[in-house]
Amino acid sequence: MSRRFLFLLPLVLIAALGIGFWFGLQRDPQALPSALINKPVPEFSLAAIEGSARGFRRDDLLGKVSLVNIFGSWCLACRIEHPFLMELKANGVVPVYGIDWREPDRQAGPEWLDKFGNPYRLVGDDPRSEGAIAFGVTGAPETFFVDRKGIIRYKHTGPITRDVWERKLWPIVQRLRAES
Amino acid sequence: MADRPAPARRIVVLLAVLAGLAGLGPDPAHAVLPEEVLANPAHEARARAISKELRCVVCQNQSIDDSDAELARDLRVLVRQRIVKGDSDDEVIAYVVSRYGDFVLLRPPVKGATLVLWIGPIAIVLIGLLALISYFRRAGREAENAGR
Repeated sequence: MSRRFLFLLPLVLIAALGIGFWFGLQRDPQALPSALINKPVPEFSLAAIEGSARGFRRDDLLGKVSLVNIFGSWCLACRIEHPFLMELKANGVVPVYGIDWREPDRQAGPEWLDKFGNPYRLVGDDPRSEGAIAFGVTGAPETFFVDRKGIIRYKHTGPITRDVWERKLWPIVQRLRAES
Repeated sequence: MADRPAPARRIVVLLAVLAGLAGLGPDPAHAVLPEEVLANPAHEARARAISKELRCVVCQNQSIDDSDAELARDLRVLVRQRIVKGDSDDEVIAYVVSRYGDFVLLRPPVKGATLVLWIGPIAIVLIGLLALISYFRRAGREAENAGR
């Protein structure tokens, strides 16, 4: 009896593989799991962007829940999330720090921030990817959620939209704040 | 009589075309820019060897040695800086892995999570061989029975 249906076995196997691959294809190959989740923010120290007095370094992040956002004036998706970051700043929701990644020249970043507004508490200039590599960044925008002890707890790839913020990101900030 | 190339000549022509195509392919050594190259040739050779093992996380199917991506370039420079500072090859690779995870290694390490990658193909070939052997044995037996 069981032998009669043995010819179906390859079909079932192929179907299972197909379903597996189909789900695999839904995943974004660019969204890599961060190797730095639950690890301390690596040591880094970035110079100030032009027209700004202070740069941005690791120790700026200690003692509070904060966000580190990788952006650049060349990055279109950063333009999409920018108004929402401005809103976070205006409402004092959570401090956001910026890494200005790989600008074509010294002026591009500051001009972009002058034109659209500066949502960041501090901005570090990162022309040689020193900061980006410290955070294991593969593209912009990426946003890291850092807890009070300076440990990276979450990474968001792609623009922060109101929907993602309310559904996913704000609860993470609240959870990190609730920790002692 | 139609003028057809003899088989041997055809093969020669085919090989020549293939060789020509291979020559047209991108030269993988070209991603490294002249200003990146280290003065110390031993250092540079180590940097090249390490770069060939590291995946470009932007383009994903190239090593950072092959890739023209800006991030790949910055990673190549970082690899060279660390070599000049006196890091061993393993230390340089460990540094990059600590930032980007095992994914940056074009040859993933053998460990629990990657075991399927390493054992899987061998296991599938073995299963196939066993199935073939049992099939031919049975077929042989049946032929024997039929012949009797």
